[in-house]
Amino acid sequence: MNDIERELVIVSLYPRDMNIYGDRGNVLSLARRTAAHGFSPRVVDVNPGDPLPETVDIVIGGGGQDSGQGRVALDLAQRAEGIRALADDGVPMLMICGLYQLFGHRFITHAGDELTGIGVLDVETLGGTERMIGNVVLDTEAFGEVIGYENHSGSTQLGPGSAPLGRVVQGAGNAPDAGVEGARTANVIGSYLHGSLLPKNPAMSDFLIGEAARRRYGSFSPIATTPETVLRARESAKRRPR
Amino acid sequence: MRDVLSAVVGKTVRQVARLRGGGSALPGLVIEKLDPGFLARVLQRLPYGVVAISGTNGKTTTTKMVVELLEARGLRVFTNRTGSNFSRGVVAAAIQESDLRGRLDADIAVLELDEAHAMYFIDRVKPRFTLLLNVLRDQLDRFGEIDTTAKLLQRIADATTEGLVVNREDRLIAAIGELTRARSGTAVDVREFGLSDALLATFPSDDDFHLSAKPEEVQRQHRPAADVMLLEIGDHEAVFGIDDEEYRTSLKLEGLYNTFNAASALALVRQVLDAGPFVPSTTEGRAAATNAELIAALSEVRPAFGRGEQLVLDGEPLELVLVKNPAGFRLGLASFEAEGVAAMIAINDQYADGRDMSWLWDVDFTSLAEAGVDTVAGTRAWDMALRLEHDDVAVGRVEEDLRAALSAFRSRTPGRPRRIYCTYTAMLELRRALADLTDVEDVW
Repeated sequence: MNDIERELVIVSLYPRDMNIYGDRGNVLSLARRTAAHGFSPRVVDVNPGDPLPETVDIVIGGGGQDSGQGRVALDLAQRAEGIRALADDGVPMLMICGLYQLFGHRFITHAGDELTGIGVLDVETLGGTERMIGNVVLDTEAFGEVIGYENHSGSTQLGPGSAPLGRVVQGAGNAPDAGVEGARTANVIGSYLHGSLLPKNPAMSDFLIGEAARRRYGSFSPIATTPETVLRARESAKRRPR
Repeated sequence: MRDVLSAVVGKTVRQVARLRGGGSALPGLVIEKLDPGFLARVLQRLPYGVVAISGTNGKTTTTKMVVELLEARGLRVFTNRTGSNFSRGVVAAAIQESDLRGRLDADIAVLELDEAHAMYFIDRVKPRFTLLLNVLRDQLDRFGEIDTTAKLLQRIADATTEGLVVNREDRLIAAIGELTRARSGTAVDVREFGLSDALLATFPSDDDFHLSAKPEEVQRQHRPAADVMLLEIGDHEAVFGIDDEEYRTSLKLEGLYNTFNAASALALVRQVLDAGPFVPSTTEGRAAATNAELIAALSEVRPAFGRGEQLVLDGEPLELVLVKNPAGFRLGLASFEAEGVAAMIAINDQYADGRDMSWLWDVDFTSLAEAGVDTVAGTRAWDMALRLEHDDVAVGRVEEDLRAALSAFRSRTPGRPRRIYCTYTAMLELRRALADLTDVEDVW
């Protein structure tokens, strides 16, 4: 009963400044998966200064250079109320790396400078000197095994308002010895994982699409199948050294 | 006396290493331990001093161009010819080419500096001239961030004593040029190479790629005048603008990037020849060249191994195109017509390639959709196949093992010209496999 006219609006947050680790792959993959579930995806780029579209079904964002992150933090602060309202209303969101940090309360750089976040996630990040780099495997309750790649020096601490995305099977995670990775509050997910994340983890795309569809259209009947390519890419990524 | 000792020790280690089948950097390692000042002393005696070439993309081919342009002027050039672009590799090469008294039989050293190892080098040797090509996203897992790479290149510029050539079309590199000009006054001669406005859209930067603007809308702010400018590109042909004259020439080099970097090589060589040797009398009159002579020498330069290299397999051309970051892959795809050529893509994730596959998602593969890709190979073949699937590019076969993939590619595509896009270690492995099948030139 899926009507291809049913649209889902995917907001790509700050693609110009926050795009460094193949974050475009998440947008591409999410749009493709949305279509495979019988919806018509519409991707809207929102860069600093751009208004949010009237309808927002899913929001995704990525990581950037330190220089881009400052600019983005200022813009994000100005639209904090709007994004918080969407999150409170159940709009599913996925924030990777830099925007994961800025969706928390604050990011304190190694030099002691403080970037204020919007506090949608109950997390706080301290810039460190140790860079956590390499292939990561997570065990998650909601999405099963999650496979990605981390490259960050921020150490993120979770407060009681956020639960970890998953337990680290291979890799570092939120901090050098954290044992857990990412954060989730209701339908908002933050994670350091790229690689890109969604192409190899369709279960996460399905969550974003499913929540969006239920919120906007009242129901979701998943119909997309998972191609063999995805399964093989996951297998080979798991075999690779850290 | 010390130089004699170091040269003898180094040569002996090299003999022993050879007998053991060891690596080319071992003698350098030993000498670095015994005599850390060896490299600086040997290189700083050269009449024209040391030229450093750095940046993310195109170092090896640009170094080759600069070397051959200088050699065409009769200069004897010392260079890190094996692509062993680390300091120890340079020391090893210096030992190999120096006489027993530790003297290099050369007028000038032209060295390719890897961003990661450049600091080690410039702590020991100050380049007289430096060429900075570009800062692109490359192996972020090794270097961290683009801004970090830019800072490393700034430090090479700061260590340079006489001349700096920068790419005015690369935002971060152009800034290094401006800063050096402001800081050093007239002490360092800063020159730019660049593109005509018409060509800017052909070479979108990483920044532009993520702007929502279409390529033809790409605009640059005010740019300084370029010493050498690439005006037009054709099929193995280019027009360069130098001193308000236009020079049209044929080229043996492949690809857009190499053609742009040819402008950088011309600008650097012009600067070196304008400056002349430290002591003007030693080689006076030998090296000065007209622009036409430089362009003529440039037209003869062939690409360095792997950088658009042409081989012949079963009587058909086989092209190897090195792809190691999004910008390089995008330009690789834009440089070579997809139609009528059987394509293979080989993606490894060894340390030298970068372990992170995210970069594949910042390349648009839709230009391959019509012709498809016959074979996808390498340790991350399935990541590549997944990426192609997202751009609706049909893939004939996926095979992680490179030798098996090459043999399948060969038997599936008889009588057709072939092209293989490959990461660095995949290229090394494919070249070894190809050497059993056809003539493969020695590593340059």
